[in-house]
Amino acid sequence: MDLSLSTETVGDRTIVRVGGEIDVYTAPKLREQLVELVNDGNFHLVVDMEGVDFLDSTGLGVLVGGLKRVRAHEGSLRLVCNQERILKIFRITGLTKVFPIHTSVEEAVAATD
Amino acid sequence: MATVELRFSALPEHVRTARLVAAAVARRAGVDEAVLDEVRLAVGEACSRAVGLHVSGGIMAPVKVVLIEEEKQFSIEVGDEAPRVSPGDRASGAGEDADAEAEEDEMGLAVISGLVDDVEVTAGEHGGSIRMTWPTTPSVAVLP
Repeated sequence: MDLSLSTETVGDRTIVRVGGEIDVYTAPKLREQLVELVNDGNFHLVVDMEGVDFLDSTGLGVLVGGLKRVRAHEGSLRLVCNQERILKIFRITGLTKVFPIHTSVEEAVAATD
Repeated sequence: MATVELRFSALPEHVRTARLVAAAVARRAGVDEAVLDEVRLAVGEACSRAVGLHVSGGIMAPVKVVLIEEEKQFSIEVGDEAPRVSPGDRASGAGEDADAEAEEDEMGLAVISGLVDDVEVTAGEHGGSIRMTWPTTPSVAVLP
């Protein structure tokens, strides 16, 4: 399955809904999307990963790159994920300490710290 | 004895195919269903890494994946033909790109070693390989 991307604005937050597989082939599309959003002045991103079937280290790299970009503008990048197999990849790489991970988009949008 | 062998041009779009083939063969070999996600991820990481090494080294040779079914275990060996050079040999101008590549390489290996208990990484002047092994449960014979 290919990667699907859509964005929505809620207040000062931009929600990026990702679906499909994030791997070495599709990750550049996600990178482009995040770079474009930050270049357009969207510095508070919520990446909704509930529709993601597969994530590898290339995808993790893109998310870390996105985090670095928004932080350069004192922004934030929050993730929404409840899938154990995806969460496991964040755990084994220690990235659960780097990304705020929420159980719903509503929770991520409401989060402030 | 090799059960299935796969060679693919070092292009990112073929890594998914390698993942699907590996998971299908692993399932048939008797790897636990709960572990198949890990097999898929680990083989994807190893193939992505091999593709990256071939692309950055301008190597035209295909990436090779060997799926080996043995009595109580299942192994996947992902081989590349990228010659390794020691850090001291690296051109001094390689700079940031080389560092970024090395970082991605390490992240991929970190995921593999976090997922797979039995993993062996080798590298030499003619290329390298990652061999990962999982235990299999023999299928129970159903008696009439």
